[in-house]
Amino acid sequence: MGRLLLIVTALLFLCVFLVLPLLVVFAQALAKGFEVYYLAILAPMAWAAVKLTLLVAAIAVPLNLIFGVAAAWAIAKFNFRGKSALITLIDLPFAVSPVIAGMIFILVFGTHGWFGGYLRAHHIRVVFAVPGIVLATMFVTFPFIARELIPVMQSQGKDDEETALSLGATGWQTFWRVTLPNIRWGLLYGVLLCNARAMGEFGAVSVVSGHIRGVTNTMPLHVEILYNEYNYTAAFAVASLLALLALLTLAGKSILEWRQPELRHAVRRPRDRTRRAYS
Amino acid sequence: MKVNSSAAAALMGRKTRGVLPGFGLTLGYTMVYLSLLVLIPISAVFIRSSSGGWAHFWEVVTAPRVLASLRLSFGASLVAASINVVFGLIVSWVLVRYTFPFKRFIDGMVDLPFALPTAVAGIALTALYAPNGWLGAWLKPLGIEVAFTPLGIVVALTFIGMPFVVRTLQPVLEELDREVEQAAASLGASPLQAFCRVIFPALWPALLTGFALAFARAIGEYGSVIFIAGNMPMRSEIAPLLIVAKLEQYDYAGATAIAVVMLVLSFAIMFGINALQNWAASRHGER
Repeated sequence: MGRLLLIVTALLFLCVFLVLPLLVVFAQALAKGFEVYYLAILAPMAWAAVKLTLLVAAIAVPLNLIFGVAAAWAIAKFNFRGKSALITLIDLPFAVSPVIAGMIFILVFGTHGWFGGYLRAHHIRVVFAVPGIVLATMFVTFPFIARELIPVMQSQGKDDEETALSLGATGWQTFWRVTLPNIRWGLLYGVLLCNARAMGEFGAVSVVSGHIRGVTNTMPLHVEILYNEYNYTAAFAVASLLALLALLTLAGKSILEWRQPELRHAVRRPRDRTRRAYS
Repeated sequence: MKVNSSAAAALMGRKTRGVLPGFGLTLGYTMVYLSLLVLIPISAVFIRSSSGGWAHFWEVVTAPRVLASLRLSFGASLVAASINVVFGLIVSWVLVRYTFPFKRFIDGMVDLPFALPTAVAGIALTALYAPNGWLGAWLKPLGIEVAFTPLGIVVALTFIGMPFVVRTLQPVLEELDREVEQAAASLGASPLQAFCRVIFPALWPALLTGFALAFARAIGEYGSVIFIAGNMPMRSEIAPLLIVAKLEQYDYAGATAIAVVMLVLSFAIMFGINALQNWAASRHGER
């Protein structure tokens, strides 16, 4: 009896807080029929937003991927002083409000910012332009891939690499042929989460974008503009694309977790995972 | 393999640390990228806010509208994180201990708030709880207004924070020994007694960590809140929105002052969580 009550309570809570918000997006998007939906998605401004979102993710994710691999290599394969401080610093962007994440780039690159005069003299726009959006997105998604890779690499130790080196492989050969195949699922997992956040980021991007239609509008910003114009159907139509992206991300995440069960709780329990892997 | 490699290392007469290449390169790259993208920009907030002097900083931070927004942000985050602790415990308990149809699917869905862009969450929750929405129409006759009130902010922050609590609790519950509970039951403990005396003591560090993670995320949250909040100054205006408002008026001293207060508190929470996890891990190891 108590068991049934608990299951019903949990399912009701999840239904109200997860299922209904997801359903309402698609219901509102299709409220006026498929034709209106297609027209809303195919509108030129919506397409410009889709392209900008893809561009931003295509820059931010690979850069954070390179950083993530480098950071994980240094942290997982070597011992040095200040390692735990470095891990804490890598997590720092998680503790910063998205709005502040956008604001810091205005303080650095804005008209009255540190480099404002220089950029203006050379006619370079960073803030209220695409570079600012990319920077803010990179900041917000900075820890994602490193956080996934550090525990994965730590649990694998360095025996495989040392063997390859002792057999005469160069450092790069060892990385490409030994390390990379070992960490590929963890890498993909991090990329998936990083990409979802990069494409969906709203607060940080909103502060630095300047909201110029067709130029500095990413998909989430376009949703906001349409919504504030009371064009609800179009807003939810674009939002439904982002909701689909979220569902695909969750599906990909579940598949990777099924392939590699250790990935499941890696994010928040790096220490424990390492311990378990060695025991 | 271990023997081979260490033997090889010994034969080549190298120190263990020197065997793998790339330490200088990767650590150097990490430090440069971290400094350029994160540390230096964040320091701009602290430098900018101090340029106006301490008196000005204090004046901005203690203005009634700023105090009201900070009180709202922290209050609503506190309420939302508490709701999440209660329901997150139930949800993770049910997901770990019981079997029911579509359990794997439901478990995967718990991460939706991580994956769904916050702006989408914001307009979806607003549509649900608006007076003519699926849930709003139902609550209205009861006299409960959610959308465009502080209650709406709590709903949005609960949505955002839920996976933090569930995902922190799940692994701890999975490792919890069922035999201890059964032993307690066989010694005559009621289920409630068993929970309070046996399960809760093992669980509370994870509960506190989940609470702190959800709380920290909620304080800074912007996208999901602004659509449902109504954004009335003094009543339903959260601190991140006030920062945006001040930025739009080019009031950088004001915006950075609020940002400093939020950053200091967020960093304090983060270090608290880290310390808690280290302490829990060492306690866990001793058992």
